[in-house]
Amino acid sequence: MDKVKSPEESRKLLDKITFDLTRSIVKRDEFTNFWYFLLIIFALVGLWGWGIQIRDGLGVTGMRDYVSWGMYIANFVFFVAVSLIGFLISSALHLLKIKWSKVISRVAEQVAIAAVALAGIIIVTDMGRPDRFLNVFLHGRFASPIIWDVTVVTTYLTISVLLYYLPLIPDLALLRDKGTDDIPQWKRNIYRILALGWKGHAEQYKIVAHAMRILMILIIPVGLSIHTVTSWLFAATLRSGWDTTIFGPYFVAGAFVAGVAAVIIVMFLYRTRYGLKDYFEDYHFNMMGKLFVLVCLVYLYFNINEFLVPGYKMKTAESIHLSNLFTGKYSTMFWATQFFGLLLPITLMVNKYFRRPVPITIISVFVLIASWFKRYIIVIPTLEHPFLPVQNVPENFQHYAPTSIELMITIFSFMAALLIITVLAKMFPVITIWEYAEEKGISREIISEPKK
Amino acid sequence: MEKKSRRSFVKALGVSIGAAGVVGGSSILNSCTQVASTNSDTITLLTSSGELVKVDKSQLKPADLPSLSENQKRGREGLPGRKFVMVIDLSKCRNARQCMKACQNHHQLRPEQHHINVLQMQDAENTAPYYMPKPCQHCDNPPCTKVCPVNATFKREDGIVLIDNERCIGCRFCIAACPYSARVFNWFEPRDAEKYEGVTYNIEANVPQKKGTISKCLFSADRLRDGKLPSCVSACPNGVYWFGDQNEDAVTNGTTHETTSFSKLIKDNAAYTLMEELGTKPRVYYLPPKDRAFPFQGEIDQHHS
Repeated sequence: MDKVKSPEESRKLLDKITFDLTRSIVKRDEFTNFWYFLLIIFALVGLWGWGIQIRDGLGVTGMRDYVSWGMYIANFVFFVAVSLIGFLISSALHLLKIKWSKVISRVAEQVAIAAVALAGIIIVTDMGRPDRFLNVFLHGRFASPIIWDVTVVTTYLTISVLLYYLPLIPDLALLRDKGTDDIPQWKRNIYRILALGWKGHAEQYKIVAHAMRILMILIIPVGLSIHTVTSWLFAATLRSGWDTTIFGPYFVAGAFVAGVAAVIIVMFLYRTRYGLKDYFEDYHFNMMGKLFVLVCLVYLYFNINEFLVPGYKMKTAESIHLSNLFTGKYSTMFWATQFFGLLLPITLMVNKYFRRPVPITIISVFVLIASWFKRYIIVIPTLEHPFLPVQNVPENFQHYAPTSIELMITIFSFMAALLIITVLAKMFPVITIWEYAEEKGISREIISEPKK
Repeated sequence: MEKKSRRSFVKALGVSIGAAGVVGGSSILNSCTQVASTNSDTITLLTSSGELVKVDKSQLKPADLPSLSENQKRGREGLPGRKFVMVIDLSKCRNARQCMKACQNHHQLRPEQHHINVLQMQDAENTAPYYMPKPCQHCDNPPCTKVCPVNATFKREDGIVLIDNERCIGCRFCIAACPYSARVFNWFEPRDAEKYEGVTYNIEANVPQKKGTISKCLFSADRLRDGKLPSCVSACPNGVYWFGDQNEDAVTNGTTHETTSFSKLIKDNAAYTLMEELGTKPRVYYLPPKDRAFPFQGEIDQHHS
């Protein structure tokens, strides 16, 4: 915390911070409209594809009786993975009293909320009978990992929304009281309602701090669970390539890689688009880069375990699966994901040069794409090689190739996730104003005093 | 068709329809789907084997249909005191595929959907290839029912693993969990969907099939309730299948109708179960493909593990 400032200095600084951090809310130009238009059009195209799928059946996808899970499930795993970053940055790092991550925690929660919400939607698109979705609650069987997944994903979504909302309340009150007139009136009405009559009393701060602490601790087991349980959807089966005991931690480690990449990209976009160079500083990118290398190294360790150990033994069924990955049909995809998703970020980002905003964002884009394909490689090749031969079925039962409907619905999921993030950024400050102001030495009295 | 021969045909059919008793249960109306009334004397019906036939109306009896909920209830309970078991004699299988055909007709399956599939197998590079009919193994430790999130697929007291397609949400976790690739999914509208429209669902035959739900071998549980052998067992011309009750220690051959001791049969012939190392405890036993008096004529597919 900087040294205590005089009230005048504080007020001036707070005005500047508020002005900077509400730029995303105020700014609306042609690009904003175009961006919304793009997102909504693609999302609608995806919904149209889903309509066709509901009408004609899941047969419009490339999935068949052998490869019965395809791109939807891979995409689901990807989104669950990305969502885990909320837990890492806004809870784990906070509890470890790491200061630099504070400014990023709202970005991390935005990404987490969007990703986990879409994960929930994607899984419904994969259902043969989405109209019977309620059966999951009416007839749920707790022996099934799907029920565990539904339980932890909804819990995680709830906690993530609360972790996003609670520290937002003082900000909403601040915008309600001190918001400039260029913020649209309807947004200010929403702030007034959502601020829940916040007055900034010491007691209120205490309650928020207390609730946050409980949530941060609660989200640790829930966060670990969502991706561990998601990995069990595979590890609970007997199939080669899935039948492994390290899938839980392997998925969690991979999730951090994907999530860090996603958060860096969003940070960079906010920084350039909303002129937040003084908030998402080079320093933050540098620190995120270090975290990135760390999580990549952990993930590399799990990859070595996951592939080297069975590769050394080459049991019958495993060897078919592994040769398919190492040298067969999926070798290009496999080595590309290992290279762009792990080796490249590690080797580059140990240098400070590559931890600067532009290079690290470019690396993050590669890593995020590789992360998506990594999930594809985890889901599909295993199913193409069951224990018993695939016979007496048409050729398209033997190999999986996604169809345009699957691509449409997958693109829908990306667009819908980006739409959620965009709407959150346009509605609420992307950095917690009051926390940031406190860091800069502005007292709480000044933060919560009403506008003159 | 001449009138006299038509009447005798109808009489023969009346027996076979009753005997098949497939779609609904035991009665004629139940087992057939009315397609269209042609005139006042005859009625066109769909038999359980998928053929359209004309039947004199006087041959029809009022149906004793169990309601859907009653059918689902008794379908979940199974036949008390029974433990069904199947023995497949690989030395006899000549790939006639009558089992597959009968099964697909019974269960309203498309040509690419197999509750039972005759696979061409070769265990090691230099060993003799053979044909292996592969139904659901009706495991006593079924990996598929464990993972079902809504209890749509379940294991009955009598050992049969069933699916309730009125409950199934189509998540396909059971397909992923089954190491025997025994399950199929209705990716599109099922075969002959319009013919089966309005027919009350029979959980023990999983008919009518429904789009977006799972289907699987049920050991023709509806036929077992009527005291008959499963469709595949009855259809085999080569004496491959033995089917019976482990509690009675008796199995009957579907072709010869010879009944023998189950334990003696599997003991004398060194029976084994598929992928026993997975711990699934199948209820289907295989007798090794030894002493085959006919050549293997298939092409060994390289696409297997």
